[in-house]
Amino acid sequence: MADQPQTPKSDNSILNSIAFRGIAYQVLLGAAIALLGWYLYTNVNENLDRQNIATGWDFLEEPAGFGISESIIAFDSSQTFARIFLAGVLNTLHVAFFGIILATILGVTMGIARVSRNWLVAKLASTYVEICRNVPVVLHVIFWSSIIRLLPHPRQAIEPFDGAFISNRGLMLPFPFDHSLYPWLGLALIVGIAGAVYFTRWARITREQTGKYIATFWPSIGIALGVPLVVWLIGGAPLTWDFPALRGFNYQGGISLSPEYIALLIGITVYTAAFIAEIVRSGIESIHAGQIEAANALGLRRGFVMRYITIPQALRVIVPPTASQFLSLTKNSSLGVLIGYPDLVNIGNTSLNQTGQAVEAIAIMMLVYLTISLTISGIMNLYNKLVAIKER
Amino acid sequence: MADVEMNGAQNGGRKQTPAPVAEKIAVLRWVRENFFSSIGNTILTVVIGVFIVKFLPPFIEWAFFDAVWGAQTHEACRASEGACWAVITEKHRPMLFGLYPYEEHWRLIIALIVYVGAICITLTRRFWHVKILVPLWIANLAICCLLMWGGIFGLTFVETQQWGGLPLTMVLFTGTVVFGMPIAVLLALGRRSHLPGIKAVCVTAIECMRGVPLITILFVAVNVFPLFLPQGLEFDVMVRVMAGMAIFFACYQAEVIRGGLQAIPRGQYEAAEAIGLGYWQMMVRIILPQALRVCLPGIVNHIIAAFKNTSYVLIIGLFDILSATTAVMQDPLWRLFTIEAYIFVALIYFVFCFALSKYSQNLEQWLDQGRR
Repeated sequence: MADQPQTPKSDNSILNSIAFRGIAYQVLLGAAIALLGWYLYTNVNENLDRQNIATGWDFLEEPAGFGISESIIAFDSSQTFARIFLAGVLNTLHVAFFGIILATILGVTMGIARVSRNWLVAKLASTYVEICRNVPVVLHVIFWSSIIRLLPHPRQAIEPFDGAFISNRGLMLPFPFDHSLYPWLGLALIVGIAGAVYFTRWARITREQTGKYIATFWPSIGIALGVPLVVWLIGGAPLTWDFPALRGFNYQGGISLSPEYIALLIGITVYTAAFIAEIVRSGIESIHAGQIEAANALGLRRGFVMRYITIPQALRVIVPPTASQFLSLTKNSSLGVLIGYPDLVNIGNTSLNQTGQAVEAIAIMMLVYLTISLTISGIMNLYNKLVAIKER
Repeated sequence: MADVEMNGAQNGGRKQTPAPVAEKIAVLRWVRENFFSSIGNTILTVVIGVFIVKFLPPFIEWAFFDAVWGAQTHEACRASEGACWAVITEKHRPMLFGLYPYEEHWRLIIALIVYVGAICITLTRRFWHVKILVPLWIANLAICCLLMWGGIFGLTFVETQQWGGLPLTMVLFTGTVVFGMPIAVLLALGRRSHLPGIKAVCVTAIECMRGVPLITILFVAVNVFPLFLPQGLEFDVMVRVMAGMAIFFACYQAEVIRGGLQAIPRGQYEAAEAIGLGYWQMMVRIILPQALRVCLPGIVNHIIAAFKNTSYVLIIGLFDILSATTAVMQDPLWRLFTIEAYIFVALIYFVFCFALSKYSQNLEQWLDQGRR
């Protein structure tokens, strides 16, 4: 110590020890958060007492007293808040599920089109991407909603093909009547998919053992869809269409998609697909030209190069950001509240106004979205681990 | 033309840039390579060509030739087959400026010009210096606030409830970014902290915020936040919404900045520690300037997202440009022409976001220059 006269005296004190400071900062932060939480909690209780607003989750057992325009599960206004929240969650999942499928199809198509060697295709796709991703999703949704509102009335509905009607009441499509064979078709599809998986594995093992390349893409699709087709044909090919028909002011029969559902679905799909297209493009461009050239030099077929060289490498770049796009699509489905689609946020908002229990209603919304988000990101992380580079 | 060349560069030179028009053969070759290089390509060209020929001329007729321009009545619009741009001539004031007093609109126009000027200066790399940017933004915000609020220099006072339209969008956007960025930096540093307690708090905050939609956070700001405060203490709803959006923005931005922090080699930290810098000195003087530079394009992308996200206030009843337009379009005389009004608003968003995203790409190329 005597050798270092310049060192300040306090250098050895416990206050200057990094470990002590670390613990002190964390204790301080914890105390601050606890104090703030306690302060807010008491304020909330005081305010709610003063305004005579009930607290707790009892309201979930009470009848909701308001109905919703569409729901997957049967619902009427005499049923409980718990059930209407469930209906809202299912509606959110419904629109998000189909939104994710459609956005993936549109996004991948547009992403591939953007790097197309055809000038027209590339320009068209890049126009789409630039227009759609530079306009807010809120505007997308209300734009489509107001377009649908300007469509003709059901009586003058547009009929793009027999039995389909587009009007300001939404889209009506013919749908097959239910038949006792249909559940078996589902089973046959599962068998078909299992068969396709087995076929792909067999083809891979054969290739590894004999070097003989067997194309798997189209045959496995054929197997997956062929089994149910054969079952359907054996069962006598039952198919009667239930056509929508105009009765009174609206259509009955067939399957109908409400205008709110269509506007929300198109809005969030078109917006998210533009981002997915950019991700797909950067994934494709991330592959070094040398990789493709090397594969060509080896004399590999185009399909093989695509399946075993291009796609596996591009997926590593594409999957993580696409997963977060799926998440943001799911969260954007909350814009249903804007145009009257009864999604979770819409129902939460109405419940909030009916009961005044803002804290509980918003907590339910947040918890549900958090659960959905964590589930999707969990699944995507798992998938990401599967496609990541296997390093030793 | 510049666009075509840039695309060519992005594709690693795979696409041929068009040859000089003077050389006829070169043009023919370009056409063949880009439109008819294979059978599949030719079919694609023909299909899309038919599609364009079928839909583009009617659209152009609707949007331009049959359209009703200028100061026309709604009857003229109803009589016409085309678009009704007259609705914008008629309604642009309440669309752009909301409920702000009509005679005071000139103040907003000056504020917008000053604001856009400040953004342009900020985006110019030559002016990237703390000594220029900080005074610039303090002056800019002071001028804009003064013009919008008024109350002195003979300007009438306008309370925030009357703010609306494009200036409100800009206010929300600026507030989000200005308050959000410092929070984002702190969250990113906290997430990279060696102290498990601090790290846990930051990770929880970031992940929870990123897991819920912006709407729910706005609901909290509007419905729940007043309950948190003791009786008698109140904040303006605009301030609450801005705070909610700033925190939401910060949680996304924190992840981008974390990426930048991770890209800084360990040697930089060790060197900073070796010369005896403390944590904050090391971060502010050595690490953050490099990290923020690395992730600048990502930061700009989230700033664009923040601009688009301001439109969410439509749901909670603040009159930003989209919300004001929606309200104005309830007018039964003009209701049929809502689409045209929305196209106008979309164009405003598009110009701003597209310009920023092109800027971000440009920035990316500039940052890459030194590395190659």
